Amino acid sequence: MEFLAYGAFFLTTALIFSLITLGLNLQWGLTGLFNVGLAGFVAIGAYTSAILTTPDDAARIGGFDLPILLGWLAAMIVAGAVAAVIGAATLRLRSDYLAITTFGVAVVVQLVALNAQGLTGGPFGVGFIPRPFGSLAENPIVFNFANLAIVAVVTLVFFLALEHLARSPWGRVLKALREDEKAAASLGKSARAYRIQAFALGGAIMGLAGAVQAHFIGFIAPENYLPTLTFQVWTMLIVGGSGSNRGAVLGSVLVWAIWVGSGAAVSALVPTDQQARAAALQIVSIGVMLCVILLVRPMGILGGTPKRKAPAEPAAGRP
Amino acid sequence: MNMQFLVDGLLTGSMIGLGAIGVTLTYSILRFSNFSHGDLMAWGTYATLMFVGAITALFGKVAPIAPLSFGWPLLLALALGMLFTGGLALLLDKILFQRLRAKGQMIIVVMASFGASMALRSLLEFLFTSSPAYFSRAIQIAKPIGFGIRITPDQIALLLLTAALVTAVHLLMTRSQIGREMRAVSQNIGLARVVGIDVARVVRFTWLIGGALACVAGVMIGVLVQIRPLMGFDMLLPVFAAAILGGIGSIPGAVLGGLIIGLSEAAAVQIFGAEWRAAIAFVILMAVLFVRPIGLFGVGER
Repeated sequence: MEFLAYGAFFLTTALIFSLITLGLNLQWGLTGLFNVGLAGFVAIGAYTSAILTTPDDAARIGGFDLPILLGWLAAMIVAGAVAAVIGAATLRLRSDYLAITTFGVAVVVQLVALNAQGLTGGPFGVGFIPRPFGSLAENPIVFNFANLAIVAVVTLVFFLALEHLARSPWGRVLKALREDEKAAASLGKSARAYRIQAFALGGAIMGLAGAVQAHFIGFIAPENYLPTLTFQVWTMLIVGGSGSNRGAVLGSVLVWAIWVGSGAAVSALVPTDQQARAAALQIVSIGVMLCVILLVRPMGILGGTPKRKAPAEPAAGRP
Repeated sequence: MNMQFLVDGLLTGSMIGLGAIGVTLTYSILRFSNFSHGDLMAWGTYATLMFVGAITALFGKVAPIAPLSFGWPLLLALALGMLFTGGLALLLDKILFQRLRAKGQMIIVVMASFGASMALRSLLEFLFTSSPAYFSRAIQIAKPIGFGIRITPDQIALLLLTAALVTAVHLLMTRSQIGREMRAVSQNIGLARVVGIDVARVVRFTWLIGGALACVAGVMIGVLVQIRPLMGFDMLLPVFAAAILGGIGSIPGAVLGGLIIGLSEAAAVQIFGAEWRAAIAFVILMAVLFVRPIGLFGVGER
């Protein structure tokens, strides 16, 4: 029974990662936009929803006690809006500028989360985030499965929507822009406008994932949104195969299983005083894995279909 | 306003500027933004720390040079550390970046540099743990030099070292054959090849110079603040912002950009408090991207 409850818990976390990875796949896999600060967008969603839905708290602004669904909607809107502004600033420039700027977003969001205590609770974070089935919490199995069901439904809805989008005229324009910007532009498609839309939508999905996770755990703090998160999600997408939504989901579950498994092995086998070092080594091995996959099989497990080409910069980055 | 921010800003600006030279060189010659550059700084610093330890073990405790907190061992170790970091950058290029560059997808190289950054940083945490280390625990007395400004002998020495290095790199780029070749490759790699420039040699030099300067920037942080595995990664945003503010490819621009960001940070610390320091680089970066994306001394994209 405990095993079942844990399985549900594991799968819920993995599916939340899948949702982030789906957002990243829209930005990177479909459109070729490089987001190195996705932890920032996840954090924006999580904090937005937490501030709107928690009960009143004298120590900080917010605590509006709004319904959870409203919090999730707001998380999407705020994270999407931030992504749109970032996109508007950088998407007319070389792709590296977007990478550097998103990196900056993550740094600044982290800074705000840590220091704007009146808004975010500072290093102690926000607690008492309402959980969708809080009343079921006495029975862990029912509770975990109820959570799993919600997260699975949300992920499935976005998976199907993204699959549909990728095949729609809108998605075809994005692919065309990724493969050959000049040809697409000559057909009257505004590269910048389409990219900003895709980047904003991807950011919104990441924000939603952050919010869902916040309500699933019930507590958020700045250290949940460190660059390690960005790195994990990137590895998930690359392992699964960028460009493929199924790959994004599969890669998330697989990498999360490896992560959790190696983490459990570390805490079981390594003496307590050495565990921080072993955890560092765990990140080293994942980083090496990412680089090796990029070298050996850059299209990932499910991304290797011959008709899909790698997202390439036209003529090695020189427009 | 307390004028002390000028000294603090110049020092931070020197560290940022030295890092930005490496970023701007890799960007203009190899055409990708190297997210592992900050971690080269940290590796260079730890390498220098190890070399200092080795020298002390060989020659016993050496007395520091009169007013400074460090003696010749640190200078020798710094030279060795610069070589080591340049070599590390070359190695990274050889096993990772070069192969991905050959496939012609520059953004994949950026991603690989992100993965390499994570691995390098965590490897430092594994080897040295995340608790800070120091070159010297001696406390220096800051001497007043007028206008309410105080400065320590170490700080003067490091500012002079930065000025000397920046001048040397500038002369190298403008007066020497390899410098001319580097500029030629950054302007048009195909044409450079046609006129017989050995591009592989230019790439090697780029990594060596970038790595060596990253090491100096890291050691400056180590001498003036402390040594941590995250020290370089935390500098990455200001370093990128400085390179873009100065204009990609411009070495004077990178240094000037570094100084502007360093001084703005120091001024902001007085106004908003130290906890918001890291946001300044982002604000400047966004302003540059909206107003003048090619930067101060940049030229249009080619």
